[in-house]
Amino acid sequence: MNKIKISAKNIDVFYGDKQALFDVSMDMYEKEVTALIGPSGCGKSTFLRCINRMNDVIDICSVKGNVSIDGHDIYDKSIRVESLRESVGMVFQKPNPFPKSIYENIAYGPRIHGIANSKTDLDEIVETSLQKAALFDEVKDRLHQPGTGLSGGQQQRLCIARAISVNPEIILMDEPCSALDPIATAKIEDLMSELKKEFTIIIVTHSMQQAARVSKNTGFFHLGKLIEVDSTDTIFSNPGNQKTQDYITGRFG
Amino acid sequence: MGLFLILLVLTIGAFGFLIGRLKAIKLRSASQKKITSLNHYYGYYIAIFAIVPSLLVFLAITAFQGYIVEVYVLSDFIDLNPNLLASDKNLLLAQIVNTSKGIELFDEISPLVTDAVDKYIYIEELIDTLTYVIVLSVAGLLSLVAYVKIKSNLDSRKFVESFLLILFFTCSLVAIMTTVGIIFSLLFQTLKFFSQVPITDFLFGLNWSPQRVFVRDSGDLDTRDLQNAFGAIPLFAGTFLIAFIAMCVAIPVGLMTAIYLAEYASPNLRDWAKPIIEILAGIPTVVYGFFAALTVAPIVRDLGQNAGFTVSSESALAAGFVMGIMIIPFVSSLSDDVINSVPQSLREGSYAMGATKSETIRKVLLPAALPGIIGSFLLAVSRAIGETMIVVMAAGLAAKLTANPFDAATTITTQIVVILIGDQEFDSPKTQAAFALGLTLFIVTLLLNFIALQVVKKYTERYD
Ligand SMILES: Nc1ncnc2c1ncn2[C@@H]1O[C@H](COP(=O)(O)OP(=O)(O)OP(=O)(O)O)[C@@H](O)[C@H]1O
Ligand SMILES: [Mg+2]
Repeated sequence: MNKIKISAKNIDVFYGDKQALFDVSMDMYEKEVTALIGPSGCGKSTFLRCINRMNDVIDICSVKGNVSIDGHDIYDKSIRVESLRESVGMVFQKPNPFPKSIYENIAYGPRIHGIANSKTDLDEIVETSLQKAALFDEVKDRLHQPGTGLSGGQQQRLCIARAISVNPEIILMDEPCSALDPIATAKIEDLMSELKKEFTIIIVTHSMQQAARVSKNTGFFHLGKLIEVDSTDTIFSNPGNQKTQDYITGRFG
Repeated sequence: MGLFLILLVLTIGAFGFLIGRLKAIKLRSASQKKITSLNHYYGYYIAIFAIVPSLLVFLAITAFQGYIVEVYVLSDFIDLNPNLLASDKNLLLAQIVNTSKGIELFDEISPLVTDAVDKYIYIEELIDTLTYVIVLSVAGLLSLVAYVKIKSNLDSRKFVESFLLILFFTCSLVAIMTTVGIIFSLLFQTLKFFSQVPITDFLFGLNWSPQRVFVRDSGDLDTRDLQNAFGAIPLFAGTFLIAFIAMCVAIPVGLMTAIYLAEYASPNLRDWAKPIIEILAGIPTVVYGFFAALTVAPIVRDLGQNAGFTVSSESALAAGFVMGIMIIPFVSSLSDDVINSVPQSLREGSYAMGATKSETIRKVLLPAALPGIIGSFLLAVSRAIGETMIVVMAAGLAAKLTANPFDAATTITTQIVVILIGDQEFDSPKTQAAFALGLTLFIVTLLLNFIALQVVKKYTERYD
């Protein structure tokens, strides 16, 4: 078993007065895919967004508890949220490329973080990121055309390429395939098994099969609580909790 | 008297409404068959028949009344002098009307006029009586017809529906026809003007001094005079100078306000700050005008003089500055909406890449919102170009060709005001020049608005 990369302890999240997460504690391991499953509204996205502090963006949202990456508390005052997000990338449910060229979409992160020293550096980053996202061959002739002009699946891979352009350690994916057809989904899943060699990946998904296919560990959320977390095999073949059993056999949710 | 007649007609209409409803109620209880419409539609049916045609007749009579009276009353004068000028006719008529009311402005009244006064009083009374008779009988008769026509199978609901359709259509037609009418009258007078002053002289001439033409007897205008008097370049230059200064104020302030409101202000703050800023655009421009003339202009003058410039007491800078303040809301309000409508997912995408707020604004939001923002600039420019009062009061009236913001300057709109203040001869090239200026202005603002709307529209389509 790999070493623990992310460790969440006793997380409570509130939207205003409404509590969305209750005392969630969970460890996620380096260079593995961890899946988060559970019925809609159970707090998966909320939990995911604690890891790169995207909840900070929402005014009414407050987070209690402790999240550490490599043993460092990411909610500590000395942490710059920008550098945190540089090393914790995120891919969203709906592809959200910037209304810029494909090239500029990828170059965005390296530019703001001053990663590339020269134009050739930047060109190289763009190319390798696109290659890692398995998109380069499809777009290499139109790097300077708008990213919004790509197909949905291509856009999502563009967003993945954008996320890995700054060479993060962790990639958070919030239902990255929910807007895609099975072929594009398969491409992204292949991509994930490739990417997990380099990155720690946390993925939220509504598809049991997807969780089973790509992940090593799975956490099951229900009504804001983490019901059960275990190896994916165990969760799907022999869950310890009745609710998990019910959910994966499709009895509710 | 017209008012009383209208009241009478309305009363007939109201009465008709009651009768119609009553008849419908009776029909309903008498027949076993279903009646097509609700009772009150039968009331409206009669009321419409009673009111609308009779009022139209009334309008028609009123429209022609003046003409009939004039022909009849002045017939003797025209017999004497068939070539009576229109202006003389008006004068005579005014004298007759005044005398008939006992107002005596002239010492001597010729017997011809005394006769005409009698004729006037007679024809007025006759027409009044006739109007009453005709209008009231139309109203009464049609009510009766409508009453008779009410049967159980009359679809009065549909009738009311079509009537409303026609009513709404006519009203929208009024607005459209007004616009078309204005354009045509502008066009017509402008063409007349260009038949006297070549269009090239107007568009490219460097000297604007229409008062010269006015001072001389307009009977024997020298063509050279006309050429040199109507060069509109100084006005165009002044207009653009002042609009430019205004935009220099409005664009940065407005845009930054928009950014603050859209991205930084809490929703609460935004909710009350935005309307307050929008009030700026609602303050009467005359108020801005004296603010500019009495407060800002002296400050500008003092500042300029301290810095070693010669500053006239009226300056393009003062006017442009205040105008800029006035149009801030045009920029800020619209830009705020546009920035706000950039999808949240783009913001999150940028934040998730580790961008700060201002980086996100600069690199993602503003580029994405750019077309809309430019649209707001264009709307603000067209507002600035069309603004008059501030310039009249604060920038002076001198049509000088200058790019110096401390100098007095004048604009297209201001000159239109200057030209048309006081008594005018309608045919003089000076008056017609105002129409030419108006048309120019109209075309420029129309183009700007058109472009602005296109730009905004293109933008809106992109995120839907
Ligand atoms: N911005 C917000 N403001 C207020 N409440 C929110 C906000 N975002 C989420 N919530 C609430 O928090 C709870 C958890 O939401 P969350 O988005 O984490 O669910 P989820 O598990 O991701 O659901 P889904 O599978 O549908 O995406 C929900 O009850 C939701 O209504
Ligand atoms: Mg979610």
